[in-house]
Amino acid sequence: MSASALPAFDRRLVPLSATMLLFCAMVVFGALAYDGFLAPQVFLNLAIDNAFLLIAAIGMTFVILTGGIDLSVGSVLALTTMSAAALVEHAQMSPLLVIPLLLVGGAAFGALQGFLIHRYRLQPFIVTLAGMFVARGLCYLIDTESIPVRDPLFVTFAEMRIPLGASSLSFGAAIAIVTVAAALWVAHATRFGRTVYAIGGNARSAALMGLPVGGTLVGVYALSGFCAALAGLTMTVYMLSGYSLHAVGLELDAIAAVVIGGTLLTGGVGYVAGTVVGVLILGIIQTLVIFDGTLSSWWTRIVVGLLLFLFCVAQRLIEGRAK
Amino acid sequence: MNPAARKLLALPLFWPCATLALLVVLNAIVNPGFLALEWRDGHLYGNLIDILNRAAPLALVAAGMTLVIAARGLDISAGAVVAITAATGALCVSATGSLALAIAAALAAALACGLWNGLLVVAVGMQPIIATLILMVAGRGIAQLITGGQIITIYFPPYDYLGNGFLLGLPFAAVLALAVIVALHALLTATPLGLFIRAIGINPLAARIAGVRARPITLALYTFCGLTAGLAGLIISSNVKSADANNAGTLLELDAILAVTLGGTALTGGRFSLAGTAIGALIIQTLTSTIYSLGVPPEVNLVFKAALIFVVMLLQSAEFRASIRKLAVRPPEAA
Repeated sequence: MSASALPAFDRRLVPLSATMLLFCAMVVFGALAYDGFLAPQVFLNLAIDNAFLLIAAIGMTFVILTGGIDLSVGSVLALTTMSAAALVEHAQMSPLLVIPLLLVGGAAFGALQGFLIHRYRLQPFIVTLAGMFVARGLCYLIDTESIPVRDPLFVTFAEMRIPLGASSLSFGAAIAIVTVAAALWVAHATRFGRTVYAIGGNARSAALMGLPVGGTLVGVYALSGFCAALAGLTMTVYMLSGYSLHAVGLELDAIAAVVIGGTLLTGGVGYVAGTVVGVLILGIIQTLVIFDGTLSSWWTRIVVGLLLFLFCVAQRLIEGRAK
Repeated sequence: MNPAARKLLALPLFWPCATLALLVVLNAIVNPGFLALEWRDGHLYGNLIDILNRAAPLALVAAGMTLVIAARGLDISAGAVVAITAATGALCVSATGSLALAIAAALAAALACGLWNGLLVVAVGMQPIIATLILMVAGRGIAQLITGGQIITIYFPPYDYLGNGFLLGLPFAAVLALAVIVALHALLTATPLGLFIRAIGINPLAARIAGVRARPITLALYTFCGLTAGLAGLIISSNVKSADANNAGTLLELDAILAVTLGGTALTGGRFSLAGTAIGALIIQTLTSTIYSLGVPPEVNLVFKAALIFVVMLLQSAEFRASIRKLAVRPPEAA
């Protein structure tokens, strides 16, 4: 029994192991090629500078696990920074009210998309594409210029540092780490998480088994919207501004991180932990480009595209063997 | 409803044409000079001509996209391909001063991009959205690599003709787009190719078993889609006399998908209409012009487009139509 079950288990872990190996290889390369690469702060900066990408990618992981996709996360993130800045600075609302309001707003936006996808059998791609247009358009309606945030609470969050030995972590990075922990719990220890995997494996069987497919699908998109809003608040703190051009194309980075993290785009197979490593890989490519100094920023995009290609080909090979 | 009206409503192009007509009428009411055409310096001038010219790149990309979608595919890399071809064309024309060479190099780059997408879908067997996502992510990086991160300005007057020139009194870009769409239509109706594409879109496996050479055809469709994006890239870079790797053709792929959907092509494959796509592209461009003439901030355009997508999507959904029908039928039952 265990002998026959073992190869299947191994196969699912292949992409994740490959991702982790790749990350280690990149770190070793960085350490050999550049002085000071192994400083703890370099690694903590990965979490600090990619906190919002990590949070958004976590939400995306759940959506992709069901076999869907959410193209609206970048725009929802920008809309959140914009609304936060406008409500706090222009409408003089208390941030203690604005923060929960925006988180609920993000979740509601996602839930509406999930409802359309489930109830009317629309393609997730086209629904969330329309959602992306709506959210980005609403940003421009609020203001086409950047709105600086000077609210004391946001500034306190921005300046907050959580010391870790000689190095430190930002408030946003701490939020991202808490989100990852919560996501791990939801994915692997709750009924909702198991239903997500079941839908990705085969939605029809999941429905026949009596699992709440509709509610879970709406929930998954709501979760992604919530994560995008949380990422937006993290970015508001990080940038101390709201701007309609924040996070353009972030949805692509989030999808890339999920795929590089070993989640199959057909759904059903993948890990939240993989997404974390995927985001770290995107971050370390950027760090390598910065450390090198002679490479231009566009190499990041090319390398990310290349990695995406390699991982997708590898996924196809694994799927092919599974059949 | 009398049978003639019913027949009219059932025509596949009725709704796209009605939408376009409505937009044109709305514009004519808001801006009385909207429909005016003027013959000056041997060319036609006017708002309508301007819309034709601006809709040309979108119509080209959307024509390629129609065929890909009809065969159950998708190409979200069109914007990135536009950036790559614009960069290649601009660099080549600046370096060599030869228009023919620049066009050849740009189209070769576009062809290579399309072929790459096609190979990933056909040979590797990736989902189309993911296969083309790779080029969408990497493409702008490649374009920046070509331009060296700069915006290349084109100082070569003959190059301007592609995006600003006139042929037979009409904008060259619009004539080119029309020619491509008409030629494509002729090819699809005169040969069994159109039938094959429908067959692949309805059921790829059944098509293959029935002897349709699905793989080479699909590969050719992606390659052609790359080529149309390349033509669009040439027109766009010529129109603004520069190549901007970051901003050339942003979101063009999404507009193209919208144009295809508006034209009545089913996103699930099988049913397609090239004429519908051309009208869809005109609807999108007219909508943009309308928003300008209404004095609404142009950024709001995105919200209007989204609203259009939602309406078209819901109208195409069988489940939505069923629930509307239920709503429409319920009152008499209650009474």
